[in-house]
Amino acid sequence: MLVSIYRYNPETDSKPSMQEFEVALPEGKDLMVLDVLALVKEQDSSVAYRRSCREGVCGSDGMNINGTNGLACITPLSAVGGSANKLVLRPLPGLPVIRDLVVDMSIFYQQFEKVKPYLINNTPAPAIERLQSPEDRAKLDGLYECILCACCSTNCPSFWWNPDKFIGPAGLLQAYRFLADSRDTATADRLADLDDPFSVFRCRGIMNCVAVCPKGLNPTRAIGHIRSMLISQGT
Amino acid sequence: MDMVTSATSLSRSGLSDWIIQRFSALILAAYSLCILASFLTTPEMGYAEWRALFDSNLMRIFSIFTLFALCGHAWVGMWTVGTDYLTERQLGGGATAIRLVYQAICVLLIAVYLLWGISIFWGS
Repeated sequence: MLVSIYRYNPETDSKPSMQEFEVALPEGKDLMVLDVLALVKEQDSSVAYRRSCREGVCGSDGMNINGTNGLACITPLSAVGGSANKLVLRPLPGLPVIRDLVVDMSIFYQQFEKVKPYLINNTPAPAIERLQSPEDRAKLDGLYECILCACCSTNCPSFWWNPDKFIGPAGLLQAYRFLADSRDTATADRLADLDDPFSVFRCRGIMNCVAVCPKGLNPTRAIGHIRSMLISQGT
Repeated sequence: MDMVTSATSLSRSGLSDWIIQRFSALILAAYSLCILASFLTTPEMGYAEWRALFDSNLMRIFSIFTLFALCGHAWVGMWTVGTDYLTERQLGGGATAIRLVYQAICVLLIAVYLLWGISIFWGS
């Protein structure tokens, strides 16, 4: 199989380039993209990428696979779109490249930090724990599972154009995770922080985030819920 | 959290801009349907029929109302396009000047069309 990989070392290269590798695949096995990268690394150990858990839990190996963002470790070659005999790997779009497939995710984390992704509760802490009904707990399903791999935000044009102002789908999913939490008491303050022309409202609902989320989450729906909460509070 | 602010968006509030854009879209749709219906119900649409349609005060008020909706809708949209593409990230150092000139031209055009439109609808 022909594997084309984005190569860029800012310290030595004047501009990025694509390097092609011919990789022999084992017969009768549907390898994951990450396995193919390991085979490439056997040929050229200088190819740089992030990986850790190799089972879709840590979110390290988010990358652009034949034009679509995804986690290399849980994307089998059979599920990769585009040309069947060629694998094109690029870094997540829109973020500065540190080297090859490794991107600088600082701005992504800054947007995450902005939504105060932690429980805020000003009432005195109970002796054991803050209880939550099963119904209220169920509201967090589909929100808490995010692993911050950045596949969604870096597939979002609004995030490409304004990564410093638009929180992006990943951050907004977490914003709603705490807005929806029955134990959180900062709902009004959280909503007030989001009511500007960029943070939430740059979402134009194209649903790229939903299409690429490796965990099958739906940030667009969460953004819709935030908008509904803003409307009921602000009108 | 550092608030993201903007001095040039229509209402300064993302929610208000969003509501204005949606509400004005409804008005524009209703007006388009109204004009379409008058075409469909008037088989021989000529100058006299067209003139008679806009002679009623109701139609004039609806038209001017729609004109305001169009102007609000246009500014929210054009402002969004400008702040997406005419930024330092896209164009480099001179982006702010380019964006301000673009916004000034948009405001000027919208104001001219608004006043011109009112004079057409409310004039003789």
